[in-house]
Amino acid sequence: MEKRILKDDNDRVDGILKVTGQAKYFAEYELPGLTYGVLVTSTITKGKITALDTKAAEKAPGVIAVISHLNKPSAPAYEQEGGPQMKIFYTDKIFYNGQPIAIVVANTFERATHAASLVKASYAKEEFNTDFEKALKDPKAKKLQGQADYKRGIENAYKTAEVKLEERYFLPIETHNPMELHGIIADWRPNNQLTVYAKTQGVKATQGTIANVFKIPMENIQVNSEFVGGGFGMALRTWPLEIATVMASKHIGKPVKVVITRMQMFTMVGNRPAAIQTIGLGANKDGKLTGITHRAYGETSTYENFTEGVVNMAKFMYQCDNVNTTYAIVPVDLGVPIWMRGPGEATGAFALESAIDEMAHALDMDPLDFRIKNDPETDQQKNKPFSSKNIKEAYKIGAEKIGWSNRKNKPGSLVEGPWQTGYGVSIGVFNANRGKASVKGILKADGSLLLQSATSDIGPGTGTGMTLIANKLMKIPVNKITFELGDSSLPPAPSQGGSATLSTVGSAVNDVCVALNSAIAELAANSNMDATANFIDVLKKNNLPQIEVTKESQGGKERDSYSMYSFSIHFVQVKVHSLTGVVKVSKIVSVGDSGTIVSPKTARSQMLGGAVGGIGMALTEESIIDHRYGRYINNNFADYHVPVNADVPEIDVNFINKPDPYINPMGAKGMGEIALIGFSAAVANAVFNATGKRIRTLPITPDKILA
Amino acid sequence: MINFQYLRTTTAKSAIALLVKDKNAKFLAGGTNLIDLMKRGVTAPEKLIDINHVPLKQIEQIGNKIHIGALASNSAVADHALIKEKLPLLSWALQAGASAQLRNVATVGGNMMQRTRCGYFYDTEMPCNKRQPGTGCGAMEGFNRMHAIFGTSEKCIAVHPSDMCVALIALDAEVILANAKGERKIPFKDFHRLAGDTPQLDNNLKVDEMIIRLEIPVSNLAKNYHYLKVRDRASYAFALVSVAAAFEISNNKITDVRLAMGGVAHKPWRLTASENFLKGKEATLTNFEQAAQLAMKDAKGFGGNDFKLKLAPNTIIEALNLAKSKA
Repeated sequence: MEKRILKDDNDRVDGILKVTGQAKYFAEYELPGLTYGVLVTSTITKGKITALDTKAAEKAPGVIAVISHLNKPSAPAYEQEGGPQMKIFYTDKIFYNGQPIAIVVANTFERATHAASLVKASYAKEEFNTDFEKALKDPKAKKLQGQADYKRGIENAYKTAEVKLEERYFLPIETHNPMELHGIIADWRPNNQLTVYAKTQGVKATQGTIANVFKIPMENIQVNSEFVGGGFGMALRTWPLEIATVMASKHIGKPVKVVITRMQMFTMVGNRPAAIQTIGLGANKDGKLTGITHRAYGETSTYENFTEGVVNMAKFMYQCDNVNTTYAIVPVDLGVPIWMRGPGEATGAFALESAIDEMAHALDMDPLDFRIKNDPETDQQKNKPFSSKNIKEAYKIGAEKIGWSNRKNKPGSLVEGPWQTGYGVSIGVFNANRGKASVKGILKADGSLLLQSATSDIGPGTGTGMTLIANKLMKIPVNKITFELGDSSLPPAPSQGGSATLSTVGSAVNDVCVALNSAIAELAANSNMDATANFIDVLKKNNLPQIEVTKESQGGKERDSYSMYSFSIHFVQVKVHSLTGVVKVSKIVSVGDSGTIVSPKTARSQMLGGAVGGIGMALTEESIIDHRYGRYINNNFADYHVPVNADVPEIDVNFINKPDPYINPMGAKGMGEIALIGFSAAVANAVFNATGKRIRTLPITPDKILA
Repeated sequence: MINFQYLRTTTAKSAIALLVKDKNAKFLAGGTNLIDLMKRGVTAPEKLIDINHVPLKQIEQIGNKIHIGALASNSAVADHALIKEKLPLLSWALQAGASAQLRNVATVGGNMMQRTRCGYFYDTEMPCNKRQPGTGCGAMEGFNRMHAIFGTSEKCIAVHPSDMCVALIALDAEVILANAKGERKIPFKDFHRLAGDTPQLDNNLKVDEMIIRLEIPVSNLAKNYHYLKVRDRASYAFALVSVAAAFEISNNKITDVRLAMGGVAHKPWRLTASENFLKGKEATLTNFEQAAQLAMKDAKGFGGNDFKLKLAPNTIIEALNLAKSKA
């Protein structure tokens, strides 16, 4: 039978390139004279390098250079006082196990790998601690404020409530582990000209960081990153290993490529930090919340502070007059964390959304009724109306689709042989951002439109979304529209993170299209053509091969008047095996409430990916460290368990798809983060409903069910 | 990693001849474990003798035994009609292991030879008596959630990671080994070793020997059988505990029964006491529960793996339940 690909206008614009291997990722660029760098890493957790023997490596076949703190190539910013503590190759200090201490460059990857194994370091070791819980208990260990304390109404009001609970929730370190390994190609040429092929969520950010470290003008640096094989937050900064590669290229005068190993993905490019949280909830007997207290501790490194929005959600997600939050970070001797999808909000939502379920149970209420009863009409934190919010409708759609009416409020009620069935629900919320971006549009007499912006696409389908916005406004067929990104020479745009790209860059695309339409209308009027004349005819009549417009776009005062958030509701059904403790997520219904859905297929894909990531967070993912050595135990894809296909049931994705009247011209709010935020709590809540066991430490592995 | 020589040969005889010439030589079959071990610096053979072209891929019945060549791939065995019909327990166990891609290249002999997945064994910066005798056991007081509860020694608490081998020990397989002088046959249960004082040795294969084939007697265990693997995700994860269970019922009584466990010991773990208990009894939940309790005699946890003391008997019961309900 002949199989045909049925194309439609909502297809991912680079889908064919991706599935046929034509999409080119950073590591695939072959530059003339390319050399290969391999990083040597510390095998102690804290101390100083006392000696570094590089002789054998230098003599190994094909080796061009071994670079370390011994021969630090010039990096002006690192030669000054201040700046980051962990200045790669400008310090002999070891801050964590697996820290890069040297780079070996050779004419093949294999030779560089071999030579790197010949570099021998000697150390003066110091006492260290990589155990977050231990640091938390140690009165002498540092605890730094991560966010200003928040208080509305009475502090700790839950303590005097008619019905109250106070529980602690634990999250382990999670590692992003995108399929594509991290790295960079750097080509430093005479006159301080630099081209890099990067894996980055922001070409302008990479350009800026490198310019700053090496003190060369931004214009001298060309950053290319057209395709990124998954980022999930780990490519939101330029890591020391990237600076090391640029240093190496500058030092040897040749292009250098570095692709780190899967093991190095655990120590060089951040992670979701471990967190310990306490939630206190109080309610009256009728099920109205009277007090919310959220106290969180997050892990950070000793050489750099990392904070995220762990306690944000507690401040506005439920109608409650008395709310207080605290958030502190606790340094341990590990690499610095970085945002991982859903970032701190996903961490916080696990605790808060579990606690909300626990309170509903304590009140003997259906958790859905309890949520609806405490759904806020306005944002009490900002004291502003929401720009748009359709949570009650989302609850209704999801409840119907998952079959919520089959749920029994008494845990452990649905039993079939050894399998216990349960249902859970949770909410996810994330700031609906809109930043500042520029887009250039070139409208051509051949009927095509070229749009350009230095934004990124780490997978969500940026080009597809932008193309559809232009398609709608200009009535140009999608196959005649090209959106170029991932190139630092294009008009500037922020990094892709915080679910803001569609809102930010899409608004600029909107403005460019509106401007191009007016320009064509004006040209038509001036040349006595009908106002509805086709732009091709108008350009031809005016002997113009093309016209171009560049627009910078950003939000205005509407952000002062409204509270803007995207929301998601996650419903899951789980089956728990009472003898083996195995948990299977058997059904998922996610409902996104994020304004207009501009690109239905890629939006759906975002929700699918978020649910899969949520299964990982809930059931399988955990980066394990042996704190005696400060080294990871399961730093590979066999032992760090991301969900596999067999773990993922059919995912029913739904969107409210109602425009937000205020956020931007499209009425569209971001949704990359909300796809994941809250999901893990829905699973934990379903496990409780199935078994009566409340698991407050992720991931929910069989041993925890059997305990 | 060091430079190594790559050799290829097409007969078992020449492969053995090459092997005995150099004590730092290793056979390379699917390479799904050996290459990882070389990349991590756990092992550094000077010679790799590629035996993939040696004609040992047969899967056939001769008399009352099924012969499986040492170089038959895991997927070829799992998907073979003869295996599915007469030794379905083996087929199921194989399919519970690794991923489809790995099973396509991994061989039967290589599966038997795979090393433990203990994290301390793979990290050359941490102690491990198996990798480097005398350095200590990292897992004993460290991360030992995946580790052994039976037959442990003070030197090593690693587990053998195979699923296939759990089914093979249950099915009373035999292993045919060859050296330059000829062949010898040993029961599968004697192929792997407990760690004891020599955790660096996983098995009793001699340095001059090659695995040639398996011989597995055809039995009446193709009706009531199950391979139950409990793991942290539904596929591509090593067992927390796995159980191979098969029995034959005649006149309402169990006449033959096989039980073996994976993920609990340094070798595939046959549950002889449980089998003896069940023989001649009815296939009831009460009997299954008693058999499971008998299996746990001398089990010992090390903290992180204490849950296996509960999970193991539960898994035995559930595997027997599922084997029973298959009829």
